[in-house]
Amino acid sequence: MSRNVRILYFARLREALGQNMEDVVLPDDVAQVADIMRWLAARGSVWAEQFDGCRQIRAAVNQELVPDNTPVAAGDEIAFFPPVTGG
Amino acid sequence: MMVRVQYEDFDAGAEISRLRLADPGIGAVATFIGQVRDVNDGDTVGTLTLEHYPGMTEKSLAAIVEKARTRWNFHDALVIHRIGTLNPLDQIVLVAVAGRHRGECFAACEFIMDYLKTEAPFWKKEHTPQGERWVDARSSDDTARQRWEQ
Repeated sequence: MSRNVRILYFARLREALGQNMEDVVLPDDVAQVADIMRWLAARGSVWAEQFDGCRQIRAAVNQELVPDNTPVAAGDEIAFFPPVTGG
Repeated sequence: MMVRVQYEDFDAGAEISRLRLADPGIGAVATFIGQVRDVNDGDTVGTLTLEHYPGMTEKSLAAIVEKARTRWNFHDALVIHRIGTLNPLDQIVLVAVAGRHRGECFAACEFIMDYLKTEAPFWKKEHTPQGERWVDARSSDDTARQRWEQ
């Protein structure tokens, strides 16, 4: 069964990747947030640079901050962004 | 509780009055206003642009206020945060907490700011004479939040 999710990118990450959103179908072996990051890094070039694990990237699933080992499911809204700097 | 994310400026006096006058049992209001500095990390800052995550931002701020409520018994709290492009001296954020006594109001106000700084999805980009740059998160903000978790 295919799992469609929406991925959002913000701030520095959005600019580096040149997009703010994409709808994707997750491969079967992508179970957690960390798997999505590895899967995105495997696209190479700027994706590899941003998701190589050296940069601090925080994740939200369905608009809640989550750790990387959080499972993902069909219909989820997943967001990646740098550490926040409001206030 | 009121949480607002907006482009427009706010009238802190009017907002505080509304909060203060809601209940004659209120004996204290603690407030924090953050404003844009004209210098950061040694460089002149012309303007600042604030990006956020619509939907998550409001939820996150409401959750932070609720978390404060589980620790202190205050009457009500207000958070207003601006987005878009701002100039030095412009107000960025207002946090106000009203309660019976000052102790819980001071503490809750600081708690809300410390969590807002580290969990609410806002990002600042500075426009300087040398070009534009995203502001890096500060470890001192993480430290400030962590002391509430001990």
